[in-house]
Amino acid sequence: MKPRQQRLIFIGLAIIGIGAASTLAITALNSNISYFFSPSQVLANEAPQDHIFRLGGLVTTGTLIRQPESLTVHFDVTDNAKTVKVMYTGILPDLFSEGKGVVTKGKLGADGVFYAEEVLAKHDEEYVPPEVASTLKTAHAEGVTPSNPPSPPAGASN
Amino acid sequence: MVPELGHFALILALVFAVLQATMPLIGSLRHSQTLIALARPLAWGQFTFISISFLALLFAFLADDFSVVYVAANSNTLMPTLYKISAVWGAHEGSLLLWVLMLAGWGAAIALFSRNLPLPMVARVISVQGMVAIGFLLFMLLTSNPFDRIFPMPIEGRDLNPLLQDPGLAIHPPMLYMGYVGFSVAFAFAIAALIGGKLDSAWARWSRSWTTVAWVFLTLGIALGSWWSYYELGWGGWWFWDPVENASFMPWLAGTALIHSLAVTEKRAAFKTWTVLLAISAFSLSLLGTFLVRSGVLTSVHAFATDPTRGAFILIFLCIVIGGSLALYAWRAPSISDGGRFDLFSRESFLLINNLLLVTLTVLVLFGTLAPLIYDAAGWGKISVGFPWFNTMFIYLSPLLIAAMGIGPLLHWKRDQFRRLAPQLGLAIALTVLVVVLAMTLLQPAIGFGLGLAAWLLTTHVINLFDRSKRREPITIGAGKRNYSRSYYGMWIAHLGMVVFIIGVTLVSHRGSETDVRLSPNGVYENSGYRFQFNGVEVVKGPNYDAFRGEFVVFQDEQEITRLYPEKRKYFSGGMPMTEAGIDAGFLRDIYISLGEPIGITGDWGLRVYYKPFVRWIWLGCILMALGGLFAASDRRYRPQRVASI
Repeated sequence: MKPRQQRLIFIGLAIIGIGAASTLAITALNSNISYFFSPSQVLANEAPQDHIFRLGGLVTTGTLIRQPESLTVHFDVTDNAKTVKVMYTGILPDLFSEGKGVVTKGKLGADGVFYAEEVLAKHDEEYVPPEVASTLKTAHAEGVTPSNPPSPPAGASN
Repeated sequence: MVPELGHFALILALVFAVLQATMPLIGSLRHSQTLIALARPLAWGQFTFISISFLALLFAFLADDFSVVYVAANSNTLMPTLYKISAVWGAHEGSLLLWVLMLAGWGAAIALFSRNLPLPMVARVISVQGMVAIGFLLFMLLTSNPFDRIFPMPIEGRDLNPLLQDPGLAIHPPMLYMGYVGFSVAFAFAIAALIGGKLDSAWARWSRSWTTVAWVFLTLGIALGSWWSYYELGWGGWWFWDPVENASFMPWLAGTALIHSLAVTEKRAAFKTWTVLLAISAFSLSLLGTFLVRSGVLTSVHAFATDPTRGAFILIFLCIVIGGSLALYAWRAPSISDGGRFDLFSRESFLLINNLLLVTLTVLVLFGTLAPLIYDAAGWGKISVGFPWFNTMFIYLSPLLIAAMGIGPLLHWKRDQFRRLAPQLGLAIALTVLVVVLAMTLLQPAIGFGLGLAAWLLTTHVINLFDRSKRREPITIGAGKRNYSRSYYGMWIAHLGMVVFIIGVTLVSHRGSETDVRLSPNGVYENSGYRFQFNGVEVVKGPNYDAFRGEFVVFQDEQEITRLYPEKRKYFSGGMPMTEAGIDAGFLRDIYISLGEPIGITGDWGLRVYYKPFVRWIWLGCILMALGGLFAASDRRYRPQRVASI
């Protein structure tokens, strides 16, 4: 074979390979991405019924309930406008607490309860997931939340 | 006083960097020996002043000088000395200082170990390093000065992020940065060669050992990070496809492609422009990694300190570096001849396949990492890409990569006969099939895949070793067998590391078990042939934290084999509780218990009980890869001045 032909074969194979890889990547991506929805969006039926998605917001204070003799917990997630009930079996991350931001990943049941497979942990207590922050901002902009930010300003604590 | 000294030294270092970036380069273009001769002293000067600056910050930490904002935010008097030292690079400003220190260190090392390089080349390489240093020093002085003071001075510091108070993490950032910054040398060599318009085998040989050393550091840095997240995060995973992990993995993939491509450029004077492009990519990806980590554009478990203005600065810097070097590339590359023709069935071809696959993987990881940003910017919604996607990509592409990796080293350069290799490949295939069948029948089908890959790689390399010891191959011109061997054995060891790594990943993924359980004191749980007895939790005190400490007795066949004491620490400085897993480490398996959370009032705890077979092999494989790299980089032919003097 002439070098020119070889080069053409190489380029041809490379193009086929890259095409195959990108097709594969995009196809696989569709079944592996999870969209983020706020409780308001879930209640407005924007979230898919049969696909995994992420639900985020604040854990409503006083809603964390544990089932006896198991690792199952229930809690409410709110964006200060709407609230969705969440059920999860497993160990909650260290930073999980009532009144704090949370992102959960799972599926919405027909009963309206969100069955979480994962409760995502963040390694900084001051960190608010950007999706949750923008969710709260949106709810606030729509005029459904009080004008105070979710955590009281420093001066108001005493 | 000392912090001001450090600040001033940093400003002087910037002055030196500006001189370093301009004078030697102008000298090399105008053939002015005086200006060229400035390169080495300037590199030394820059290194000296950045060292002074770094020592000043270190001193501030050791002296508990809380009038420095950075010290106050990241240290306190109760912290052990080791962590006061590692706190220097525990947050943004200090880690940047470490970064520029290393950059200057690599520059000084080039100045020191480049006696055999032509002077104009050294001058250009050091100039390019100076340009990179300008960017980072400006970044520090304008947006992230570690020597800023506060008034009034706090009495006590805030403490280092507890997550970072760990020996593994004390050395993880320096290792990783040595790798990141080390690619700046490969980058500087490439740019210097483009400026000079001369890319020959000698250039590739100089560049090669430096790049390999950088790659070794990056490999160890990534492995350390993985090991740390395994035992410190309490989840028992070793890789999460987190954006920050990807940020370090992309330069690694590109760097791996680069060291293979450099081999071809050195031996066969082929792939020249491609090698240059890879060198530019590897360093650009290192910069991109810094940008992703520091700007906070991506949600990540590592999102410690983030600041949009810093992100904007790095983004502009990134654009200048990538845009500038690609413009230079577009201008110069067409005039560079890509010599060294080769057949389809030759070592070059297989190294090309290796490069194409590694670059494809790099692009895929980049795409997966940036997809959430792309979707958000395009208004398609807020998404996250789950780690199954990344795993799928690697599971599809790795067989091709491993197949080529097995054949490539067996082949001759330039041209080889399939007939010559048919018996060897036949034997390797037969042994691989045997392993696959055994694994599928005795263990489980999915394991056959991974172990098959490992078996293929191992058999081809063992055959290669026998083959080579039988024949004396005049492979390198003017170099005998002994001169050749280190670089060959380096390759062999690094590839063996890959075998070990694959075995570890396969077995821990398919044979391991991870369970969350709820246990009462004196409760018992059985899994994977082990019985775990929970003796309850007590409160213990550490130097700067209180902890819950659980006691577990582990039995196997009614014999007590170990006691594990996982902890949940609460640091005085506040912050989140930290999980210290109790791990019984072994060559063939780890037993791993971590405390989840207390449940109810009866002393029950939610616990993670993991059985992790062969998990150590993952890091052992990485260590072997790094060892192989070191072996290859120490090959005699990279030290030609000694050979010449004999």
